[in-house]
Order: sequence, then C-alpha cells, then structure tokens
Amino acid sequence: MKLTGAEILCESLTRLGVREIFGYPGGAILPVYDALGKSKLHHVLVRHEQGATHMADGYARASGGIGVAMATSGPGATNMVTGIATAMLDSSPVVCITGQVSSKVLGSDAFQEIDITGITMPITKHNVVVTKAEDIARTMREAFLIANSGRPGPVLVDITKDAQQASAEFNWEASAPKLPAKRQRKNHDQTEFDRAVEMLNTAKRPIILAGHGIMVSGAMRAFEQFVRAANSPVAMTLLGIGCFPANDPMNLGMMGMHGEAWVNNAIQEADLLIAVGMRFDDRVTGDLRTYAKSARKIHVEIDRAEINKNVQVDAALVGDAREVLERLTPHVQTCDHSDWIRHVAELKGDSAVRDIQSLPDNGHLYAAHVINDIWKETRGEAIVVTDVGQHQMWEAQYYHHNRPRTLITSGGLGTMGFALPAAIGAKFAKPDSEVWVVVGDGGFQMTMSELATIVQEKINIKIAIINNGFLGMVRQWQEFFYDKRYVATPLVAPDFAALANAFGIRGERITKRAEVVPTIRSARESAETVLIDFRVEQEDSVYPMVAAGASLSDMIRRPNDPLVETATEP
Amino acid sequence: MQTLVAYVENKPGVLNRVSSLARRLAINIDSLTVGPTENETIARMTIVAHTDERGAHRLEASLEKLVDVLLAENISTRALLERDLALIKVSADQQNRPHLMELIKVFRARVVDVAPESLIIEVSGTVDKIDGLLEVLRPFGVLEMARTGRISMTRGGDLLQPPAPESANSELESTGSSVK
Repeated sequence: MKLTGAEILCESLTRLGVREIFGYPGGAILPVYDALGKSKLHHVLVRHEQGATHMADGYARASGGIGVAMATSGPGATNMVTGIATAMLDSSPVVCITGQVSSKVLGSDAFQEIDITGITMPITKHNVVVTKAEDIARTMREAFLIANSGRPGPVLVDITKDAQQASAEFNWEASAPKLPAKRQRKNHDQTEFDRAVEMLNTAKRPIILAGHGIMVSGAMRAFEQFVRAANSPVAMTLLGIGCFPANDPMNLGMMGMHGEAWVNNAIQEADLLIAVGMRFDDRVTGDLRTYAKSARKIHVEIDRAEINKNVQVDAALVGDAREVLERLTPHVQTCDHSDWIRHVAELKGDSAVRDIQSLPDNGHLYAAHVINDIWKETRGEAIVVTDVGQHQMWEAQYYHHNRPRTLITSGGLGTMGFALPAAIGAKFAKPDSEVWVVVGDGGFQMTMSELATIVQEKINIKIAIINNGFLGMVRQWQEFFYDKRYVATPLVAPDFAALANAFGIRGERITKRAEVVPTIRSARESAETVLIDFRVEQEDSVYPMVAAGASLSDMIRRPNDPLVETATEP
Repeated sequence: MQTLVAYVENKPGVLNRVSSLARRLAINIDSLTVGPTENETIARMTIVAHTDERGAHRLEASLEKLVDVLLAENISTRALLERDLALIKVSADQQNRPHLMELIKVFRARVVDVAPESLIIEVSGTVDKIDGLLEVLRPFGVLEMARTGRISMTRGGDLLQPPAPESANSELESTGSSVK
C-alpha cells in the first residue's frame, strides 16, 4: 500500500496506540496536519508549544504510557525545549514530532529552519532527523521503544517536509525497529547482592528511600512486600509520592529540603539506607559530607550512571526495581525494629506540635489549609498536578496520596508553568478521574493561555490558584538569606476569577477560611472547569527548610507563633 | 587520566553526541580518536579523559545510555598497549642535521620528508616517548606538529569486541512501548 509520509506517520501513531496528540500547526508540518484530519487521531490544539510538551508529559505521567506532542519547525520546535527538558529530568516518556524544512534546503537557513536535533541533544534520551518517507514507520516504532524502555525519557523525531509529502510503500511488519545491537550488561552481581542481604539482615535502624523508579517499574506491590519483610520505615522523594500509601503507618512522608523534620532526622540517625528508584538529588541529601553519616547504603537503580554519582554506596543493585525487589525480598529476615520505629514516631510527635494545621483558626487563610481541605474533600483520591514553588511543597506535605500517579509535578527541572498544561494532559489520560491543579499566581501567569485549550476541548478540571501576591518561594529565600530584600518578587496579577470568566470558565475568589470548603464542594459538583483564586497569607513560608547546601540536620523550623510574625489584615 | 574504549555506530552525529556528553558532565577530553573497525558500520573510539575513576564510571555508564553507543568500557586498570603517532616538522640545516639524525635513531623515529631547511619526523609509541622526543627536538626549532592522539588495546586474550548484531532488539521489544 502506497501512502504519503504524513499518512504513514498518522497510521504508525494509531498502531502504536496513540489517541491524542497535543500540538500546534505550521508550515513545515502542514502535510501531517492534512493527514491528521483524515485519521482517527484526536488533535488537541494548544496555545503555545511548551504547553503541548507539558500536556504530553502530564499524559505520560498519569497513564504510564507515552505522550505525544507535535510542532512545526523553527520557533514551534524551540518552544518545546523547556517541556522536553522537564520530561528528561523526570524520566517521562514523551515523543515529540517536529516538522523540518525540506531536505534539499537543510543547512541553508531557510525560513523557520533550526537545528532542533542539535539543540535538544543533551535534553532528549534520543533524537533523530528523518528525510525519507520510507523511514518514518520504523523510526516511530524505535522512538516509542526508546522512550518507554529502561529509564524512560523524551525522544524527538524531526521530519523534513519532503519526507512528509513523498510516497512510500507502507508495510508495518517490515518496519520493525532496527536499533543498534548494544551489549547487554549482566546486571546481577552476586557479591553485591549478598552484601546487600547481609546489611539488610543486620541493620538496627533502617530507612527505605522510595523514589519515582518504583512507579516507573510498576513495582508497587513488590515494594510493599519488601517494606513488610524489611520491617522498615519509608521516606519518599517528591516524585516517589504515591508509590507507597501515605496512610501506611510505615510511611514517614517526604524527605529533603522541605521534608518533615522527623523524616530528615530519622535519615540522619539511620544505620542503613535502602534507596529504591531514586537518585540522591541535592534537594534530597543536603550537604553530602554530613548526609546520613552513620548509615551504610544500598542503591537499587536501573541507571548505572546514577550509581555513586552523588552518594558513595556500599552495595549497588543495578536493575529494574521490581525485578531486584522480587529477588531480594525472599532473602530478607524480618527483624524486630520496634525500638527504632517507636523512636521515629516520637520524633514525629514533637514536630507535629509545630504543624500549622494544629494552630487555632484566626480567620486568616493559609495555603496549607486550602490544600489540606482539598485533600479532605477529594478523600485523597484526586490526581493533583502542581506547579513549582511553595504551593508545590505544601501540596507534598498536606495532600496525602495513597495511589501511584496521582501527584504530577515537575521535580528535577522545577518548571514553572507546568501545572495547567500537564493537568490537561492528565485529564486526557484519565478522563474519569478528578483532576486538580494546584498552582501559584506566578506560575499560573506563565501558561494561563491554555485556559482556552480547556474551553475548546470542553474538559473538566479544577484549578486552585494559591495566590499570595509574591513569587513565594523566591520571596522566602529573600526573607531567610537576603535580609528580606524583596527584589522582583512582589507581582501584580489580573483578577483571576474575571479572567476565567473572560475565557468562559467559572471563577471564584476566596479570602476567608470559612469559604474554602463550600467553594471546593460547589466546584466539585460542577461538570465543567472551575477556577478558584485563593487569596492566602502573603508572607507565609514553607517549613521546615534545609538551606541549599546545608546539612539535613540543620533545619529552619516554623517559629512557634507564626501568626505574630506573618499575619496582616486581608 | 582515564582511558575508555567505545564501539559506536559509524554514522554522522555520533561523535557529536559523545563529545557533547563529556562536555555536559564537565569532563575534559585529553584525546579522542575514532576510526572504522573491520566492520565498516561500527567505529571504535579511544577516549582519554582528565577525570578520576568515579568520573570515568559516570562517563562509561552515560555513554552506554546513548542509543548509538554499542559498548563503552573503562580499561584504565587493565594491561594495555597504547600508541600515539606524531608528525613533527623540525628546522634542520647542514650543521645540525647529523646531530638530529642521531636523536631520531635513538628514539626509533623515521625521517619521512627531507627539505633544504627542514625535516619531517614520524614517530609512534607511547605518549611519554613522543613527549620525550619532542623535548629534545625543541632546541632545533619545531615548526609544526600533528598528533593522532592515543589508541589503546587490552593485551592478550582480554578481548573487547563489539556485540554481535541482532542481539538487542528482540530483548528491548518485550519491555518497550507497552503501558506499564
């Protein structure tokens, strides 16, 4: 069967199981759009190509499958860069398709020509230029294979316009992936394995560090069995949240820069850390010289390049988390760690006293209250998509996730503007799930044009803007480390409720704590998107905090009476 | 200094991916040589990098994550044969020419071009040997020099061969694009 390259692309995507494509048309990708119109694929028209990549990313993270974004050459492609980097840093399987100028004029600085494979080389798992129609089917199969195998990541396929227009024989069976024959390393090392087992069975104060890799590997059940066998408390990375139920008594919560004090203290006192599918990010470890000094370390990780990168470990078990844990668990002798577990519980009791939720209601609205109320009202079952900053950390602290893939957030790159488009992608992946956006007033203004996409696609998500009139996390750093010199952090915002109305979306503004729950309830009852502008305390800070580069033991704690410090009349 | 050998796909852009990776990891490359192997679709690289064992591990493991890199191996601690080749153009007049020829003989180098005012000397061997020759030639006036950079091979039965083709894809497909 002879098809054009554009038709081959659409046919290949359909056969690869794609339903939605997030994209934006333009000259060099027009043949594909023409073919899209005749295919069964649903194209979601975004308002900016960065939004397309975040939507594909949100789709991938909510579903575990692959998200697809599309753009034209030149500026369309360069607008994708931030979204691709976001997916790269968080190991998210996204396939980006860009149009390219005709192969005959490649390298001539033709209109809207840019070397997008050169630009994205360090931020993709792989990228490739296709100049022939007959290579498109095989290349797409290879792209999908690469994106979601091993440690997932984004793949960019740049297709010249003449390749889209030319005709070629379409034969799916004959277009099987032909990737280079790589050496398969034998990952299992019996000496390392035996050493890990010995450490596990002799530890007195173990802590398991649970990361994103558990979700990627689909190792939730294997992980739970491992936790039971090891009888050890579990600390979560930001991206690991959801891979182990928050309501499990062994789950301590998030560790690191804004981890709860008891979690970080427990890590510092531990004699064994078992890190699973995480990469000892600097936000997790703080100062490496003082990090968990009395602990031996086991690292379960699929990516060899992560072993001993930041933290020197005593045993490295390289491989897929589920496979490694399933092999490891039968060798674990369940030990009595009740003294240790009781000690950690005591640490928790001390910290909980400082918790903002325990403070009396004085009529002021705190972000933590809002997020905690969203958690209660949604019974912790919503998919929450956050942006980056204070609200992101409060979400991690006050929304308790019991199921995997229900917190979607930009961890590694920390991309402001991620939340709204990623939530749209997540809603397409999980149309029957309740999706909440938790976003700051700063980040929201970066990609708020995607409100129009919501309206055009008639989707139903709930948007909670945590509006404090500041770029809050930067302001917090200025408060702590720059003598409260608030340079370029106070920011003007539009009336978000009125803005929503202008897009045809219901908007609400909330200033009092008593209004929070009724508004959340009424938003949830609506079958359409609702935006709520929560005007929260302006100069509240996220506690505890480990300053960048400081020791994990050295936490800045919430002052005992924060209301005196921060309260202002609304 | 760490020595790595990599087998890569012999196609455009692969050298860029390898060097771009070293740059991203902030590892300075002392020398990088690349040439085709007996199989023309596969090229072999010898990478000599200014880094420690830990950096070399990171480079090796990161290289192997590149789709076009078939194999990467840090061979620094193994029994190695290493060779560098240099062409050195040195000024030579009637008076000092005999002295130069003496030195060339001592270093087992060869004269490959003779001109009235200069000679081109070809020398191969370890980096130390070439550096040594260069040192003694300097007083005569080194006009130009071209060096290949190091190529390395493990000695004896310690083989480092590219993987056989068609081994990888079947294995990858099973863990591929399926929704997890």
